[in-house]
Amino acid sequence: MAVLSVREKLAILSDAAKYDASCASSGSAKRDSLRSGGIGSTEGSGICHSYAPDGRCISLLKILLTNFCIYDCSYCINRSSSNVRRARFSVDEVVKLTMDFYRRNYIEGLFLSSGVIRSPDETMGEMVEVARRLRIEEKFGGYIHLKTIPEASAELIEKAGLYADRLSINVELPTDEGVKKLAPEKKPETIRLSMAKLRRKIEEKAEPTLQSRRRERFAPGGQSTQMIVGADTTSDDGILRASARLYGSYHLRRVYYSAFSPIPDSTSSLPLQKPPLMREHRLYQADWLMRFYGFSQPEILAGSNDGMLDLAIDPKLAWALRNRGRFPVDVNRAEREALLRVPGLGTKVIDRIVETRRHRRLRLEDVGRLCHSIAKVRPFIVAEGWSPGALTDKAGLRQAITRSCEQLSLF
Amino acid sequence: MARTQLNLAAHVVRLGSQTDFAGWRDAARRLATNDIPPEDVAWQVEPDREDGASDLPAAQADARLVVPRDFIERAETVICHCDPERFGFLYRLLWRLRSEPKLLSIATDPDIRRLEAMEKAVHRDIHKMRAFVRFRKIGEGPDERYVAWFEPDHYIVERNADFFVRRFTGMRWTILTPHASADWDGERLAMGPGAAKRDAPAEDDAEALWRTYFENIFNPARLKVKAMQKEMPKKYWRNLPEASLIPDLIAGADKAASDMIARMPTSPAPHHAKVKAKHWPTPEPSDVAAPEADDIPELREEAKGCRRCPLWRDATQTVFGEGPENADVIFVGEQPGDQEDLAGKPFVGPAGKVFDSILDDAAIDRHKVYVTNAVKHFKFEPRGKRRIHSKPNAGEIQACRWWLDKELDLVKPNLVVALGATAAQSLLGKAVPITKMRGDVVEREDGLRVFLTIHPSFILRIREQEDKEAERERFLQDMRKVKQLMGA
Repeated sequence: MAVLSVREKLAILSDAAKYDASCASSGSAKRDSLRSGGIGSTEGSGICHSYAPDGRCISLLKILLTNFCIYDCSYCINRSSSNVRRARFSVDEVVKLTMDFYRRNYIEGLFLSSGVIRSPDETMGEMVEVARRLRIEEKFGGYIHLKTIPEASAELIEKAGLYADRLSINVELPTDEGVKKLAPEKKPETIRLSMAKLRRKIEEKAEPTLQSRRRERFAPGGQSTQMIVGADTTSDDGILRASARLYGSYHLRRVYYSAFSPIPDSTSSLPLQKPPLMREHRLYQADWLMRFYGFSQPEILAGSNDGMLDLAIDPKLAWALRNRGRFPVDVNRAEREALLRVPGLGTKVIDRIVETRRHRRLRLEDVGRLCHSIAKVRPFIVAEGWSPGALTDKAGLRQAITRSCEQLSLF
Repeated sequence: MARTQLNLAAHVVRLGSQTDFAGWRDAARRLATNDIPPEDVAWQVEPDREDGASDLPAAQADARLVVPRDFIERAETVICHCDPERFGFLYRLLWRLRSEPKLLSIATDPDIRRLEAMEKAVHRDIHKMRAFVRFRKIGEGPDERYVAWFEPDHYIVERNADFFVRRFTGMRWTILTPHASADWDGERLAMGPGAAKRDAPAEDDAEALWRTYFENIFNPARLKVKAMQKEMPKKYWRNLPEASLIPDLIAGADKAASDMIARMPTSPAPHHAKVKAKHWPTPEPSDVAAPEADDIPELREEAKGCRRCPLWRDATQTVFGEGPENADVIFVGEQPGDQEDLAGKPFVGPAGKVFDSILDDAAIDRHKVYVTNAVKHFKFEPRGKRRIHSKPNAGEIQACRWWLDKELDLVKPNLVVALGATAAQSLLGKAVPITKMRGDVVEREDGLRVFLTIHPSFILRIREQEDKEAERERFLQDMRKVKQLMGA
């Protein structure tokens, strides 16, 4: 085999990584390089350094260490039976690429994943070595996200957590049955156990130690996971159920939903169609409702016929239309929890409403000034001088709202 | 026109620079304490003039001017905005704050809306500068330096320079912009005058690599041009090395995606068969059913794959019983909780800790007893980042009894302690009033003695310290009784 240049390897191994949805570089410990004299910082919020025409942000150098893999997961371009070109980076090459890109301010850090070659420990060991070299030898203070291999040994995971900001393990599919069918060599039981171990480790290290009273550093950005949407037949309700379980059980920071993307040289067991991007978007919105708006998972789709999120309208509006008995909500009196349920009002707008109403009563036009589109909000609130009357229960409300929102986006 | 208006104003403030916040603050204090209304003031930036406030009356020392701290911080941000009216606007806000001290909290006020919009614009520009500055390398070895050209919308370079110092401490760098430049020599930050794009170096060798990355991380099946442009407006493109690729990537996306879809599944890669044979050999089909487990470790192994009820779906793992196989006594709890589910061991969570300490006080060695649960999988409702324990139902208890019976068969204890109603129900085959029968020993048909008591988590749930102590004491008495019964 001809020796590949770094540029050729980069082409192959970033192409191979593009189905990984995770891009976040936020939520880790604050760090800068003033004291170390090295390079790199994290200041809480991440920075997207570029955007690809697929609308996704580029924050990290997202690559695979290698796309050789002994697994044969049918949704994955790198599965062992795929005819894709293969390449393998050396530890040196990844370290140098990361530093070169970071110095030019192209990236916030590194997201390193890998196909599994020979053994999980060997692959994980090399990934950990990349992170160690960056942190210790290069005094690199930027963000590092490692995709851990579930079967890797506990010592390696412990080391990984020492150097990385975030660790993740992909659950791949929302149900164990799905994993068994499409990724026959992967064991859902092992994946759960690994996430459980990570949560315990993160909690254990977050406790100040008795001797030093200092917290040890261990994956300060927590753990995350990714689920592929649309490769099996699980409904949105089932997907959200899996997410709620993952958030509750393993304290994940994020669950990423990756709309199944047709891949070159695909196996015949999968749908050959464009990814359901709107479905993915709606799932993220619903996920947001669970994490920031106080919705419990079962109520998001309670009362819907097929357990699928409405593609035409956002999940909060869909929920409100199914639960009109809980509206209208009085913006001048209602609890924050009730305001969070109003379609079209986000957390920031609600903060402003709550702050402002301590000093004066809000009229409909006041709310209109604060929020993005009053058309969506109007039927669901009471304000000074405004009551929606029969509007809340009107039969054609859904059409009326979608029409006026469309008009808004036209102009 | 604006100029004529300015000259008509009664007072003219001359600021030393576009971001001369100290000058603005000093002038604003002088003006406000002398009751000079906003419409009588014109604001100008005249970098060459020294002592900008010299024409203004001195601040009245005895006049009260109280401004929320928040306002000062926000004004410091807004002064970086490029709007030439910002100085007067900020003074107008200050003027209003004298009579409306809560003004900043009235998010619906048009001036506050404007303040917020300006702040947001400055913050966004600061953020975009952090994102889109692209350094190019010049020189080698000790002469190595990184230089960038950037065109911000607002006067943010000074305000943003510290960020680059914190991030690129170990590097010598310069950021050039039309308005100002920032230079870090590894030890000191120096601000300088504006520059031109031609002062920045040409492309360096990392750019080809970066473009390769940009091209290949893009998925043509997911084209979303609007989403891209919303976050990376075209005005930034001319200074981003990767942006020149965008038009071709967009134009070719449809074809690239349909090519991907059209490409028919092909036969597996040549090396696949070898990989499969080596790593995933097909197991020999066996006609013999697994032999029945005849010790606890085997049983535990078997229980790992238990599908007798649906609780396995949400739980992490089966939490099986633990302890010596020849133990005199078996303690049966309800079901594993959050911590037990993670650790895979019974009674390690908060209730387990209470249990341990009481056993200790009763002189029962936990290592010499067998501890298990009536139901082996954790049943819960997720609530945000917590899992709320929910009670196993009769069907689940019934399904899991299969395992408990096997444990009883193998360990052959002379006493079983039912901790709580669920355990009692499982052991006796029916619901019994636990509070009424607490401390009783019920003999089953098969001769096994079952001691009834509460679950230690009950003690944890008591709020009043005194009641809690009393309840702990009662439980300790129960355990002392158990200790006696164990020997009998």
